[in-house]
Amino acid sequence: MSYQEKKNIVSLISTVLIFGFYCLYVYERFKDTILEGEALFRFWGAVILILIPITIVAKIIIEIIFIIINRIATREVEPSFADELDKLIGLKAMRTSYFVFILGFLLAMGALVLQMPPATMFIILFLSGFVSEVAGIVSQLYLYRKGV
Amino acid sequence: MGQSHISNNVRNLRFNHHEMTQQQLADQVGVTRQTIVAIEKGKYSPSLELAFRIARVFKLPLEDVFTYEGADSTNK
Repeated sequence: MSYQEKKNIVSLISTVLIFGFYCLYVYERFKDTILEGEALFRFWGAVILILIPITIVAKIIIEIIFIIINRIATREVEPSFADELDKLIGLKAMRTSYFVFILGFLLAMGALVLQMPPATMFIILFLSGFVSEVAGIVSQLYLYRKGV
Repeated sequence: MGQSHISNNVRNLRFNHHEMTQQQLADQVGVTRQTIVAIEKGKYSPSLELAFRIARVFKLPLEDVFTYEGADSTNK
């Protein structure tokens, strides 16, 4: 298995774990809170905004740990640059990721049109962010395995 | 996606070229080893620039390294 494939698998696991633990934390902390009106919008705004720095920091830490463990276990040096294949795969994966997110965004807007509660719209939007990231990583993994 | 119409004999040329490793070739043409692996397996058709750089390493014309197999079927 190539370095890029291993890195993508680690990235996939870390994305799922970070999102899972964050959702669990938010649910446990606010499950008894009843939010309405402006407070609801503020709550979801905060939930989405706080997840971004947490994900960035956690992913950096996990990647550093992965590099160290991989270096010790395989003595493989990580590529110091992204070449044309990496860039092409990155772009294709990003396209998949955007497509999935736009689909989620449209679903979220559809929920509003169908007069569902605003919380439903935010949940769909929040989940589509997660699913789009997973789709991007899985797509990268697939392209590294099957070719471009 | 997957197998392309462009085949190559990079693998054979490497062995005939003082048993050059994939990493050595990758370093000479400025890509990662993974990209050389993908080219050899036919999973990736390199850019024209990279194809020329690979051919230059073996001191051969491009056609001796890469072959377009779909040429006959598309020209008809």
